[in-house]
Amino acid sequence: MAAIITFVYIFILITIWVSLSRWGTLRIDWRPRDPLFEAYAQMFAMPRWHADLRNVFVFTVLFLSASIGFGLLLALLLDRRLLGFTLFRNIFLFPYALSFIVTGIAWRWIFNPETGINLLFDGLGINKWLVSIGGAPFKPGWTTDPAVLFSINDALGHVFPGVHNISVHLGIPMAMIPVVVAASWQLTGFAMSMYIAGLATVPNELREAARIDGATEFQVYTKVVLPLLRPVTVSTAIILGHVSLKIFDLIFAMTGVGPGFATDVPGIFVFDMTFKATRYNLGAAASIVMLLLVALVIVPYLWRNLRKN
Amino acid sequence: MQASFVNFRQSLPRTIWDWLILIFLLFCALFFLMPIYVMVVTGLKQAENVSLSTMWHLPVHLSGGGFYEAWRRLYPNMGNSLQLTIPATILSSILGAINGYIFAKWKFRGANTLFAVLVFGMFIPYQSILIPLIQFLEQIKLYGTIGGLILVHVIYGLPICSLIFRNFFAGIPDELIEAARLDGAGVIRIFLLVMLPLALPAFVVVGIFQFTNIWNDFLFGVTILPNPSAQPVTVALNNLSGSFSVDWNVVMAGAVIVALPTALIYILLGRFFVRGLLAGSVKG
Repeated sequence: MAAIITFVYIFILITIWVSLSRWGTLRIDWRPRDPLFEAYAQMFAMPRWHADLRNVFVFTVLFLSASIGFGLLLALLLDRRLLGFTLFRNIFLFPYALSFIVTGIAWRWIFNPETGINLLFDGLGINKWLVSIGGAPFKPGWTTDPAVLFSINDALGHVFPGVHNISVHLGIPMAMIPVVVAASWQLTGFAMSMYIAGLATVPNELREAARIDGATEFQVYTKVVLPLLRPVTVSTAIILGHVSLKIFDLIFAMTGVGPGFATDVPGIFVFDMTFKATRYNLGAAASIVMLLLVALVIVPYLWRNLRKN
Repeated sequence: MQASFVNFRQSLPRTIWDWLILIFLLFCALFFLMPIYVMVVTGLKQAENVSLSTMWHLPVHLSGGGFYEAWRRLYPNMGNSLQLTIPATILSSILGAINGYIFAKWKFRGANTLFAVLVFGMFIPYQSILIPLIQFLEQIKLYGTIGGLILVHVIYGLPICSLIFRNFFAGIPDELIEAARLDGAGVIRIFLLVMLPLALPAFVVVGIFQFTNIWNDFLFGVTILPNPSAQPVTVALNNLSGSFSVDWNVVMAGAVIVALPTALIYILLGRFFVRGLLAGSVKG
């Protein structure tokens, strides 16, 4: 217990201290900086950090929607207990057992713009069809494409004048999409397992009762089962949300910082600043922001769950 | 026999919807297996046959060259990973059992708050403790050693291990402890002779969970062990894939090799694997 308190809480305090110190080179310097929050100010002035915050937000939203949506869908379909239930379930959960590094490497190859997915589009004749109707072939550069889709800077600028201080396009970076696919591939099975476990707690009598009351099979799910699964959704979203805010290895192995920092995230920023640039106070500051983001999600959840008993 | 036959009958698709669901699930299964297919097939190709335009094809000539080369480069790091993962898994399971038992059966004041404080430790981004951690390991001369990395995994694995064991021990009736106490057993004897034998399934769950986590770790490995020959295999694989002189068949074969231990555990002991994963969702 004392070990945990030291290694978690005291170490966090030391990291906060580092983020406020003059230790910005290889030479350790514990003296506080003047102004004290200079590292944070520097960081929030960096375009790269703006991109990181945008990326981790976009990644979290897309990845959570995809893995929770598909996880729920798969769990509901498997709930019919048709042929091959166990086999399907095991296949869908399998990627969860693998390392993010393995996942990243495999998907980097698949999303290589010269081959993989794009080749599949060719093979399915999609590009031939596009050209035949006078369009351009669909050949995205995926992880090598710095484009940002659906940029909303201009629209936002009309409402909040401060938006012009943001030095990146607010939208979905093209290169982020493959990363979302890879992460969802790995963790949809987790969401599915959570839902399968949740479905097992819905008593059969309840469904029978609804059927006797004349509910269609569709209504049994939308009116009876889904509302009972709400707590499962909350748990799943929080667990996956904190994974996503901390995401590091997957992106590190798959795309790195990406073209124009299109796939850079705070986890990589901390690593680069601390271990490559040896700007310790800056790296520490970024890691503290990461910690705050995670705490924002986890603390209310722990509070609620552990207070119950 | 009869029952399983009935179950099988019920599992057959009857309506058109059932057929659509099955076809959809089959389609999803293909999608989930696709990267595995790509890894294995590319790994088995000869270097000169890995071409961009035939990525999806089966190998024309099966070749073990990719696997041979990947194994040659990765096996020292495989050794490191085993040396690191096995002791760290065993140690964190044992400490987790003790901790979990105390939290489940010893209802001292403030136990719940303390438990929350402990469990929060498993959610923190480890980036936020790395700088002092490395300083500390340097002080005790364990920086850059596998022993240091074992220590780190044991400590940061404690919250999740304690959580799983606490939930397990909480399900064991207090009457059992009471009975043992009446027979004259002390706290330690009760734990060793009554509780531990009962906790065998929990040990399997925690063991699998920790083995997978520690084997798959990258962040601690890459920051605490700067020396490539001491690094765990996930870091070595990433280095391998980052060097331009290495062919894709070798990289993919390497990915398969690194994935194999945890994949085997999953295939052989999947039931326990799922239990560990659900326990991580902090049921109070």
